[in-house]
Amino acid sequence: MTLALRSPEITRRGMLAGIGGMTFYFALGTDGTRILPPADAATRPAPLSPWVRIAPDGNITILTITEMGQGSGTSIPLMIAEEMDADWNKVTLEWAPSNPDVYGWPDRSGRRVMTVTGSRAVMMYWNDLRTAGAQVRKVLIANAAEHWGVDAATLKTEPSTVVDPKSGKRLSYGEIAAFGKVPAPLPAVDTSELKTRKDFRLIGRSVPRRDLPLKVNGSAQYSIDVKLPGMVYASALHAPVSGNAPEKWNDAAIKAMPGVIATVKLPHGVGVIAESFPQAMAARRALRVTWSKNKVDGFDSEKALERYAAIHADPAALVKVVDAKGDIKSAFDAAARVYKAEYRSDYTYHAQLEPLNAVARFNEAGDRVEVWDGSQDLGRSRDFVARRLGMKPEQVDVHQCYLGGGFGRRSLADYAAEAAVLAREVKRPVKLVWTREEDVAHGMFRPMTFQCLEAATDASGKVVGWRHCAIGDDGGQNLITGGMRISSYYGLPNQQLELRNVDEGVRIKHWRAVAHNFNLFAIETMVDAMAEDQKLDPVEFRLQRMSITPKARRCVEAVVKMADWGTKRPDDRALGFAMSERSGSLGACIVEASIDRRAGSIRVHKVWVAADGGVIVQPEAAKANVESGIVYGLSSALHERLTVRDGAVEQTNFGDYNVMRMSDMPEVMQVSFLESDGHPTGLGEISTPGIAPALANAFHKLTGKRLYHMPFTPERVLAALKV
Amino acid sequence: MASFSVNGKPVSVDADPKTPLLWVIRDIIGLTGTKYGCGAGFCGACTVHIDGRAQRSCQVQVSAAEGAQIVTIEGLSPNSSHPLQKAWVTEEVPQCGYCQSGQIMKAAELLASNPKPTRQQIVTQMDGNICRCGTYNRIIAAVERASREG
Repeated sequence: MTLALRSPEITRRGMLAGIGGMTFYFALGTDGTRILPPADAATRPAPLSPWVRIAPDGNITILTITEMGQGSGTSIPLMIAEEMDADWNKVTLEWAPSNPDVYGWPDRSGRRVMTVTGSRAVMMYWNDLRTAGAQVRKVLIANAAEHWGVDAATLKTEPSTVVDPKSGKRLSYGEIAAFGKVPAPLPAVDTSELKTRKDFRLIGRSVPRRDLPLKVNGSAQYSIDVKLPGMVYASALHAPVSGNAPEKWNDAAIKAMPGVIATVKLPHGVGVIAESFPQAMAARRALRVTWSKNKVDGFDSEKALERYAAIHADPAALVKVVDAKGDIKSAFDAAARVYKAEYRSDYTYHAQLEPLNAVARFNEAGDRVEVWDGSQDLGRSRDFVARRLGMKPEQVDVHQCYLGGGFGRRSLADYAAEAAVLAREVKRPVKLVWTREEDVAHGMFRPMTFQCLEAATDASGKVVGWRHCAIGDDGGQNLITGGMRISSYYGLPNQQLELRNVDEGVRIKHWRAVAHNFNLFAIETMVDAMAEDQKLDPVEFRLQRMSITPKARRCVEAVVKMADWGTKRPDDRALGFAMSERSGSLGACIVEASIDRRAGSIRVHKVWVAADGGVIVQPEAAKANVESGIVYGLSSALHERLTVRDGAVEQTNFGDYNVMRMSDMPEVMQVSFLESDGHPTGLGEISTPGIAPALANAFHKLTGKRLYHMPFTPERVLAALKV
Repeated sequence: MASFSVNGKPVSVDADPKTPLLWVIRDIIGLTGTKYGCGAGFCGACTVHIDGRAQRSCQVQVSAAEGAQIVTIEGLSPNSSHPLQKAWVTEEVPQCGYCQSGQIMKAAELLASNPKPTRQQIVTQMDGNICRCGTYNRIIAAVERASREG
């Protein structure tokens, strides 16, 4: 191993091998922690390695999973350390290897995955990792009890120390590690034995993220920073039209260019490999490729969006009922009043600042490959690379690197598999970097949508019927339907949620909070319009007429207090309100905005978010994460628009794909979490979906006009003002 | 062959004169704290100091760096002790962290010439540097803290 992760905090596994101490092997199971006896663990094929190791000098190594800035790289080991009663200052972190059987959480089918998406890392690992930590503590206590000849039940722990309150004797975890034995199986721990919130020493205390110091001096290692001996550089040009394949290209001319080593035909592109990255980029630029054709040729996203409206109007269009409750027909038939509105949203691009890249290296025999990837899902990366190479997952080792942004894009390792294909072709280690232009053109986008909402009220003005129809490319992955369900905040008695799926062939994927962004925009703007019609304050309307759930009511009341909702603002400013929901969390959001009527620009001055995310493991990191979600939501509401014409993406780089910059920022962002003992839920995306509707509602308060199409570009704002 | 100094050390590199300085710093000199974000001067992730001025190294050809004194994030201080680096940790600015080398180098240029900038001056200075995680307000707070605490 010639490459060391340069991080002083996260070191390569195996560092402590051979110096003795105790090693705790355990795997996570559907019904708590599945115990792996050390003997079994040791004989299982590599790369199995332990979650926790304690060395006789007292140093503790705990493994962790991915870190893209949201804080889970610290939160995951912190949960183990909390129940272990480890001295956090003695804890060193290591990346877990790409082995989901050991390091994954069990998904619905019981299969273990290392997936970190939807901001759900803490949510998914919460019980299993705390249980695992408690098992380690139990073993340490049992060893101390045996050593002293006392009853284990009488012993207590302080950070990294077992204490006998009766005799006053103490043994540090390091001292125990020098003689201790790890039983097989590890002792069982019931969740009722775990600490409660008042006992936490680390959870809820804002222990600083371990990656922070590495990110102010250039030492944090991203995959793009990996350098291996003999490594060469690659770039790729993919078909501008999604799905097309290369038929021929100017191969001789490319191969004659300085430094070019090889060209490689890929299913949907051409890879170029050179001695340096600038040479690979120059070769990519010089490629002249003839592409095959497919149905995406000629696709025009603006025209397609209008086609969606026609699909909605067609009673024969294929309708999939996503969810239904009550009797929607009777509710609308008996309605005192019926409301209806249509909404649109455009494609958006992840624009993570580190362009997609990976490094791959084969062994001499060509039957094992190592890949360095900033992955949101190390297990899926492994499987994806293996499948693409026609190898078995156990022949692939994916090494975790820091992520220069994920936002949903880095849970699919098409780029890592491509790096591995190129490395096999040239029999040398390869670093593949997609240029920014490639990252945009061959991106995977949040799908565009057309939506129609209808609501029915009874004679008292209460909303009793709700119908939401969304049209777009769901990709079979809830890319359209996520966020349509409102029952966790509005318990309306009669609801029907419908999808009309359109398979466009354009590459689409999860994008921070995914479908919640456009669905919440439609839902919460619609609710605001009903409040206006009933001449009720929008917050009051939600509390009185929307069958609001108790948990949602608490969020509303909290944010109303934070923003001082009832207080008048300066004449040129207005407040807008919206609910938000994502990954088990609920939130409420208020924005204060003004507009420039000549330029058609919306300025956001202040944003307040109250969220209920259960127990908050890392409050400071969580707050920063929610702030980040606000900015992502503002970016989506105000700027982000990707268009496809003649089958190809029109935008090329940050010059024509606009994201939030510092001068767009609100001066104030306030985030608060509701006190809760509940199971932790996702927070990194809770603030994103509420921003666009809150902003559209503030816009209405300022102008009396409604915005129906995300993003709210100056042209759309000016058009709305003219209506 | 181009000769210049990087973080106080003289270097000579044998590269095509048109090679962007960014790739010379990253792949030849081996200082990877300076990042590639867009390659077109839009994002600021590759910002380094060239003779004291914050510049986008993806837009500077290595031949133009002849004789220059270049400072990268690795050379801003020997041990992360620059007031901005300390403030960045205290304010918990970085999230994914990928843009932050460029952000810090851009902010360092400002404080070197204007130790007590106003909020508006900070925004004007920093507006060209993209942070996709949206840490902008924490960046402002950190620059203000560094300015205060020196």
